[in-house]
Amino acid sequence: MSATLEATDLHKSFGGVHAVAGVTLRVAAGELLALIGPNGAGKSTCFNMLNGQLRPDRGQVRLRGEDITGMPPRRVWRMGVGRTFQITATFGSMTVLENVQMALLSHRRRLFDLWNPVAREDPARALALLERVGMVAQAARPCGVLAYGDLKRVELAIALANDPALLLMDEPTAGMAPAERVALMELTARIAREGGIAVLFTEHDMDVVFGHADRILVLDRGRPIAEGAPEEVRADARVREVYLGTGATHGHA
Amino acid sequence: MIFGVTRIVNFAHGSFYMLGAYLAWTLVTNLPRGHLGFWGGVLAAALIVGVLGVLIEVLLLRRIYKAPELFQLLATFGVVLIVQDLALLTWGPQDLLGPRAPGLRGATEVLGVRFPLYELFLIAVGPVMLGLLWLLFHRTRWGTLVRAATADREMVGALGVNQRMLFTTVFFLGSVLAGLGGALQLPRESVNLQMDLAIIAEAFVVVVVGGLGSLPGAFLAALLIGQMQAFGILIFPKITLVLAFLVMAVVLVVRPHGLLGRAPSSAHAAQVVEPPLEATPGWGRILLLALLALAILVPPFLGDFALIVFTEIAIMVLFAASLHFIMGPGGMASFGHAAYFGLGAYGAGLLVKHLAAPMEVGLLAAPFAAGLAGFVFGWFCVRLSGVYAAMLTLAFAQIAWSAAFQWVEITGGDNGILGVWPSAWAQPKLVFYYLSLVLCVAATLLLRRAIFAPFGYALRAGRDSPLRAEAIGMDGFHIRWAAFTLAAVAAGIAGGLFAYSKGSVFPTYMAIPRSVDALLMVLLGGVQTISGPIVGALAYTWIHEQLMRLFELWRLFLGAVILLLVLFFPQGLAGVARRRA
Repeated sequence: MSATLEATDLHKSFGGVHAVAGVTLRVAAGELLALIGPNGAGKSTCFNMLNGQLRPDRGQVRLRGEDITGMPPRRVWRMGVGRTFQITATFGSMTVLENVQMALLSHRRRLFDLWNPVAREDPARALALLERVGMVAQAARPCGVLAYGDLKRVELAIALANDPALLLMDEPTAGMAPAERVALMELTARIAREGGIAVLFTEHDMDVVFGHADRILVLDRGRPIAEGAPEEVRADARVREVYLGTGATHGHA
Repeated sequence: MIFGVTRIVNFAHGSFYMLGAYLAWTLVTNLPRGHLGFWGGVLAAALIVGVLGVLIEVLLLRRIYKAPELFQLLATFGVVLIVQDLALLTWGPQDLLGPRAPGLRGATEVLGVRFPLYELFLIAVGPVMLGLLWLLFHRTRWGTLVRAATADREMVGALGVNQRMLFTTVFFLGSVLAGLGGALQLPRESVNLQMDLAIIAEAFVVVVVGGLGSLPGAFLAALLIGQMQAFGILIFPKITLVLAFLVMAVVLVVRPHGLLGRAPSSAHAAQVVEPPLEATPGWGRILLLALLALAILVPPFLGDFALIVFTEIAIMVLFAASLHFIMGPGGMASFGHAAYFGLGAYGAGLLVKHLAAPMEVGLLAAPFAAGLAGFVFGWFCVRLSGVYAAMLTLAFAQIAWSAAFQWVEITGGDNGILGVWPSAWAQPKLVFYYLSLVLCVAATLLLRRAIFAPFGYALRAGRDSPLRAEAIGMDGFHIRWAAFTLAAVAAGIAGGLFAYSKGSVFPTYMAIPRSVDALLMVLLGGVQTISGPIVGALAYTWIHEQLMRLFELWRLFLGAVILLLVLFFPQGLAGVARRRA
């Protein structure tokens, strides 16, 4: 099976620091890959190279076989990559429905339309997306007043608006209550499997990671140290060492 | 210093400079000699200005540190207006000449050229001041606190430093220096009422080029721009005024945060959530329709003067609506929107002057000229954000203004272009009024339509969350650029009509006060309301007209109105009406 996302040998340095040094990863359609590691492992840098916010020093990113290395985020989105942010980013002065409609309007390249009121757009498609994430009842509320967990759901609906092949989710459950976390990840997993969408996410909550990921990639100081199914990664000696320490001073291990 | 610590863009700094000069003049010439003498007078003037600065900080600015930047700016502009009229009252309209400095009256020879001693003294004052300030900031506890507050104000507050004292003392020192600067000009230049805005525009340029909050940067920038102007006059005598602003444009494009400035840390910046954009509520709609009905039905019964006022109001509604378009949905403040109004007027006026073009052609050329300028200037302005973008718009407006002012052969300079009259059919005041009304209302409605169309939503999207906008494929730069150009086109229509209604075009159409007029109209009405600019333009033009008619000191009252508005109605009139409803 060909991978939806294929990143090969990514490198990125800031000054003298090798934030990411040789990461290779593949995510297949309908698969959830978790990217984990302690603070400073290079998760965010890795993520930002995949979504176009950073240009890798070396290496290649391919989406459905096409090279997207170094494309700006807006073009990456047009290639079929939806994303959610660690700290939610929505349009606070617009309603939930309008937020989703903006993604749809952008998808149809209608942003330079100066004439037709947005209010008269057919809301069916946007409402259907909100239905999928369970937010249809709040469609008319402004995003600026929503609870944090609900905003995460709105982000998911926005991310799904252009029928993405890949979802990039940066700490999708950060800042949420435990019950909400499980609900959101179950929702994400269901949508991904039903729609054949590849999902790559970073996460600090190990319950979320081991409960929902199909595969896990562990980074430490910019390098991959383990990759595999949750059981394999859980049993991996090096992963335990990185997360729990060995008693020896870090760096001499 | 003041911007670095308080983050307030202080227009009144120009007034402090002017007051320093006036006070020094009084202290040096009117007090019996021997009392203070020249140097004593200069220092006393600076200290008095410092005290005035503290008064303004304590009474006004303290209340608005948390207000949006634009409100702070307007409040300080209110102070400028008040000080202008108070100075007019106290010292009269004529230019005042000061005495020469005792002991430095003569001249010396430098490389075979006679050079006044006082100028040499001034050349030394700059570096000495910089040195003293450097010592103050690096060798004293207070200076360390100021530097810390410039780097991260919230953190300094969190460490338990008395911020009020810090802000007030910084304001005192800043004002003293401004006053000293003005006072030291006494032997060189006449003291006049235009000193304040003339110096503040240049000071803004210097501070922005140097990097906001960077003292060495400001010094470097002052040196750079001073040299550019000094040598520029040898090479391009026509565009010396333009040079300073060109330097600023180049520096800001290459180094968006100035020569020695750094990007402001946004770690603590609270995210402002703008209210949702609602269509004007039912009763508001009825009110606007009633106003429109009045605007259509009443004029046939009015005299010529009232018709002129009505025409001006119609034009100002469009001017305000065009600024609101980029300020409200776009979130980009423009301090120089008058540039596009004025370029519209000049677009029409120049065709009349040089090609004897009829009005119809002139009115077509107006939006075209303004739109072209918006297209070019906008490319620079929309790249930057916040105060930097606003300053750049101011710089471009000053470029346009000085080009019109200095290029006498083409534009007539200060004398303007006369004889810009409408075609024969539109000569009657009533006909021209209806022509203006139709064009302005149509253009305003088109802008309003665009705000509710996908384009306006995309503009707001970029304002609300640039990160999210980019992540759903929006090209924020091109959207903002298009909006800037569109706003310029609309302002150009207003400017063209204004030229024909007055029959003349002057550089003042592009000057800072007119840009501030537009800002006031938008803020008076409320930035985040759709009907705001319309209500604001009506109210402002009316208030302005009444004040000018009733009071000789209308600036004083206008300044007071601005201060009241900023302190008590930060949401504008339409915003207040909405809340009450």
